[in-house]
Amino acid sequence: MMRLLRSAFVIGRRDFTATVLSKTFIFFLLGPLFPLLLGGVFGTIGARVAIEADRPAIAVTLQPNEFAQISAARQRLADAIGEKRAVQLKYFAPEADLAAQQKRLLASSSPPIQAVLSGRVGDAHLAGDVSPGDPTVSQLQLILRSALVPEMPVPQLDVTSTPKSSGSTAKDRALTAQLGQMILFFITILLSGMVLSQLIEEKSNKIIEVIAAAVPIDALFIGKLFAMLAASVLGILVWVSAGALLVNVFAAGGIAGLPPPALGWPAFMALAMLYFAMNYLLLGAAFLTIGAQAATVREVQTLSMPITFAQVLIFGLATVAVGAPDSAEGLAAAIFPLSSPMAMVARAAERPEVWPHVAALLWQTLWVALILHWGAKLFRKTVLKSGPQRKWWRRARA
Amino acid sequence: MLRQAQHERIYDGPAVEAIDLVKDFGETRAVDGVSLAVPAGSIYGLLGPNGAGKTTTLRILLGIIDPSAGSRRVLGYDRPIEAAHSVGYLPEERGLYPAMTARDGIAFVGALRGLPLAEGRRRADQLLAQHGLGEWAKKPIRTLSKGMAQTVQLLSTMVHHPRLIVLDEPFSGLDAINQARLEELIRNEAKAGATIIFSTHVIAHAERLCERIAIIAQGKVAFEGAVDEARGRLRPIVRLRTRNEDGPWRSSIPASARREGAEWVFELPKGGPEPLLKALIDGGAGIETLAIERPGLHDAFVAIAGDAAAAAMGAVEQAA
Repeated sequence: MMRLLRSAFVIGRRDFTATVLSKTFIFFLLGPLFPLLLGGVFGTIGARVAIEADRPAIAVTLQPNEFAQISAARQRLADAIGEKRAVQLKYFAPEADLAAQQKRLLASSSPPIQAVLSGRVGDAHLAGDVSPGDPTVSQLQLILRSALVPEMPVPQLDVTSTPKSSGSTAKDRALTAQLGQMILFFITILLSGMVLSQLIEEKSNKIIEVIAAAVPIDALFIGKLFAMLAASVLGILVWVSAGALLVNVFAAGGIAGLPPPALGWPAFMALAMLYFAMNYLLLGAAFLTIGAQAATVREVQTLSMPITFAQVLIFGLATVAVGAPDSAEGLAAAIFPLSSPMAMVARAAERPEVWPHVAALLWQTLWVALILHWGAKLFRKTVLKSGPQRKWWRRARA
Repeated sequence: MLRQAQHERIYDGPAVEAIDLVKDFGETRAVDGVSLAVPAGSIYGLLGPNGAGKTTTLRILLGIIDPSAGSRRVLGYDRPIEAAHSVGYLPEERGLYPAMTARDGIAFVGALRGLPLAEGRRRADQLLAQHGLGEWAKKPIRTLSKGMAQTVQLLSTMVHHPRLIVLDEPFSGLDAINQARLEELIRNEAKAGATIIFSTHVIAHAERLCERIAIIAQGKVAFEGAVDEARGRLRPIVRLRTRNEDGPWRSSIPASARREGAEWVFELPKGGPEPLLKALIDGGAGIETLAIERPGLHDAFVAIAGDAAAAAMGAVEQAA
């Protein structure tokens, strides 16, 4: 056992240093920056487009005193539902030829006019790209009714603030569970795919024979998998630290302002890290086994797409655990080895018990060992052409 | 004094034993009942044409692949991987990590065999300096010439002072100077107590280096034993040049004698040289020259493995 671990360490050390000390690792660390930059660039463009193109106004051609009335009513509505959600009103002094004014306003692009409100407050007419029952029409009806009724004093309402209610906590935790799963899924899908091509280097450099003669194939698999895990954890530590820094700098209340999971942040983060490792090791072991069968980079690329779909399928299974970790589906997702880490990270956000995590981690470790062992055996048999080559039924017949 | 690592148990038997090894790849039988015993401290050659089953036999002995049937013992271990720390292996298809420096490449293989990395680097520097590659120690392997890279890989098989060194076609791809250097290196390792097994299709290397050989043809061992024993299977060769073309002396040379230029070439008759000499003199041959030669390993190989295998070896030798 010690020799196996020592051999795995030698392989892992080589792979880790080869990965981390290569120039391409800088790009690996900067990887998450690209979607953020893209998001920032396209978000800014989108926001500008939204500001410029969105929220067409309703042109109001009432008498000035009546516009003041409905403007005050609109402000009361905006106070209740928010400025952005309240319909925009734009005043235009009524002209002699109302029909011509209406036509001209509806054709105007600066500002864009959705409809023209004319007539009087008690007898108004709305013309434009609207129909009865539209939210815009309903809002205008509320505004007009409010404008007609004299302003009433706001009734007293005592408000007592509590930090959380049961409803908001459950909602927040479900959100944390979902986010935890999503992050775990995306990080794993990005990193474990790299494992697919891990043995191509040894095969193409012909060093596989030297290694296979010196150490057990299990050690080769374990070393390769843990080296990539270590490189990934290094990357994640950099990303999480940078992310935490950004949240603390830009988000109100910093990290403490995020919805706390059931087990608390420290335990949740520790478990999330462990489940990432397990998710990575489980999927990585499976992918290493599959990738080891490939002889060329092209074969690995061909394998990538079905592998990605399989991961999405596993993620789909794990998502049923969010909100209902104790349901039959939730338990099935927690028991099925490949979806177990993602299902359990959701559980860590939603349930305070610790023992299911201990059991789950042991269960997942067992499966990592089994998959690695099977993978090594398959590699010896199919790639190194070791062991009996004939099918079992032919051997039986012989 | 044979090499014996401190942590290894004392073992006095043959370095390698194979008993009735069989290996099937699908319907093809690559190795068919190979049995051999390699004495500890010897230089042992596996001879045979390409496709004879030499590499597969070596891979089985090293534990890279398992046999379909039969058993093997390496340095006293039934599972070769347990002896891995005392074994060095140069595969036929050479390969190292191209981005690694020469010293790190050697130290890495040493580490695979249980040598601490720092010690491996120290020994790598020594070995590289001894073999004229000192200034290349810190250069990536990808920048080395093919011959240099091959030397680096060869040194990596020896960095941990193995008790058993297995070299698969070590001379292929080397120029004459490097072939001579490699022969010297093999002799030195054997002198230091290591057991060397190498496969080759070039009989001359085996003849110069080996004490024992196995001739493999079509997956089977056609001969296993000492080189002298292989040669001993053939009678000495007589090369005779006479002044007289014909005469009574002609009845004293065998009917199978052949002409090579002006010489008659034939196996020494069972009676030995003296009766032959007397018959030639009495028969009036007029002996100009008479030489009795020990048959070479090539002749033994032809006799043992057959003409087809010898022709295949010859073709490969010429190509090499």
